Amino acid sequence: MGSLGQLVLMRLRVLWRQPEVFFWTFIFPIVTTLVLGLAFRNESLSPVRVAVTDGPGAPALLARLEGTPELEAQVLDAAEARRMLARGRVSLVLVPGDLSPEALVDPSQPEGRTARLLVSQALARAPDAPRLEAVKTTPVSEPGNRYIDFLIPGLLGMSLMSSSLWALAVPLVSMRGGKLLKRLAGTPMSRSHFFLAFLLGRTVFAVLEVAFFCAFARWLFGVPMFGSYFALLGVGLLGAMCFASLALLVSIRARNEESVGGLVNLVSMPMMFLSGVFFASENFPGWMQPLIRALPLTALNDSLRSIMLEGTSLMTLGMPMAVLAAWTVLPMVAALRWFRWV
Amino acid sequence: MTSPDELAIEVKGLVKRFGDVVAVDGIDLDIRRGECVGLLGPNGAGKTTTVEILEGLQEPTSGHVRLLGLDWKRSATQLRQRIGLTLQETRLVEHLTVEETVKMFASFYPRPLPVEELIGMVQLGEKRGARVGKLSGGQRQRLALALGLAGDPDLFFLDEPTTGLDPQSRRALWDVVVALKARGRTVVLTTHYMDEAEVLCDRLVIIDKGRVMTRGTPGEIIASLGADQVIELEADPALDLERLRPLPAVVSAQRHADRLSLRVKELHVALPSVLREVELSGARLRHLSTRRSTLDDVFIGLTGRSLREGTEEKAA
Repeated sequence: MGSLGQLVLMRLRVLWRQPEVFFWTFIFPIVTTLVLGLAFRNESLSPVRVAVTDGPGAPALLARLEGTPELEAQVLDAAEARRMLARGRVSLVLVPGDLSPEALVDPSQPEGRTARLLVSQALARAPDAPRLEAVKTTPVSEPGNRYIDFLIPGLLGMSLMSSSLWALAVPLVSMRGGKLLKRLAGTPMSRSHFFLAFLLGRTVFAVLEVAFFCAFARWLFGVPMFGSYFALLGVGLLGAMCFASLALLVSIRARNEESVGGLVNLVSMPMMFLSGVFFASENFPGWMQPLIRALPLTALNDSLRSIMLEGTSLMTLGMPMAVLAAWTVLPMVAALRWFRWV
Repeated sequence: MTSPDELAIEVKGLVKRFGDVVAVDGIDLDIRRGECVGLLGPNGAGKTTTVEILEGLQEPTSGHVRLLGLDWKRSATQLRQRIGLTLQETRLVEHLTVEETVKMFASFYPRPLPVEELIGMVQLGEKRGARVGKLSGGQRQRLALALGLAGDPDLFFLDEPTTGLDPQSRRALWDVVVALKARGRTVVLTTHYMDEAEVLCDRLVIIDKGRVMTRGTPGEIIASLGADQVIELEADPALDLERLRPLPAVVSAQRHADRLSLRVKELHVALPSVLREVELSGARLRHLSTRRSTLDDVFIGLTGRSLREGTEEKAA
């Protein structure tokens, strides 16, 4: 077997023989999904909690609010009510006044708006006005638009990113620290075979990762797949290569695992939040959007998500694919140019 | 004069600077094919830098280096195929087994030695299937030796191969070097073990502060002291060095703590007069021994420091 074969075997053996690799690749994503899936599970909406501050008009106000089943009202003294509002335990505080009561809401609480609507409706209601709950409501929670469906493709993207970064940067840097790179540089080993072996080893594991994610998303969480598995795999592998190439770039100089760990976090942390893993990147202000869309993890997540949930074909994903390709080629060229063996 | 194609290594005016620090300060070397040459000197003397330049791992600041008639600029791949090396310490991939590691290194060379033979040469047959992470320090160093031999090199570099080794590993390494020499291969090693240098090397080059201090066969170098025996003694009260120096056949006298050591030319002349001096001064002898001069004595003679002291300073 040639040197490329031996080097690929070396990579696979190393990955295979480290239990922690399996934990991070296969156990960790399931646990994350379970925890987040529980925290954000879609339930029937619970009533909106409001407080009425203690005072002469309080019992009357309370009585009027209690006519609305979607409100849960209680009388509290003024200081306590404000504290509850600040902590998000109530969404609105109603202060009885001489003419009309005053409502306090926290603008950072989305529930505040609902509370205000429900409260003003409850207070303004003439006995014969149509009640809000008279409009027939049917809860809709289809697979494909639940939080878990949003989460799975993003977690796959994040997992491909972290595995690529850690699985290449750490061994390369520890090989430099332990003088193994220097030792290899003293042999006639083909240096392109060496890097290729890392990329091929990573590819094998990325295929397993994508397959595993598809399987557990489908069977554990019933996440639908509207697009093609091949397209998903292709995008996943391009993403894995892109982050492998960034991993090469962060490990061109570092000599110990601590310093490269810092660099890996520097690369991955911002994208974890900006690139739509846990929540949509559209939540960030408009001026940030072009920047966010130029990030490789955004391109990867958006593509994975639209293949899985909207059945988008590869043909229409030209832009994100170009972003990923650019993030693969440029760092790779730079890394190979400045990689330090000795 | 040796004709150039008999030279395995040819170095002229080698200089290596790291910023303001001059690690190698104008070294010349001619090493013939089939020779085993030892580079000796304390830590920081420039041995490793010199060897790594020869191995093509560092670039010289200036100077001329040719190995096997080739130079690194034009024939790097060819040279890498024909040399073998061990570094002072290499942390190999811990999750691979001995056999897997040897196989991988052998795959880099166009005409590798058989994996079984390599493992046998360093006596790791029983550890063939063991993970590198589970090997002892000595076993790891022997594995590193096997990896250096994987390409059946014409020229073999060993950088402090036996530092901190157990006797079995040390012996195994010596056997390998002797076998290489027997097959006409050229060996360059750095060491600060004098016995090792005396046993293995045909010629020695003693380096300090980036310069060659002296060179020759071990016998020549020891003879160059002009004193081939050492008398060591302790007396109570201590003897006066100035009274010992003029005695017949005494070349030099030094004091290390309570112990005096005298380098002498003819033991049978020097010893009686030294003993007479002890008697005259009314002192009582607490220790007396004699031994043959070693390279360490040469080094102390050349630099005023022991090779070991250099090591300890670095360690401390």
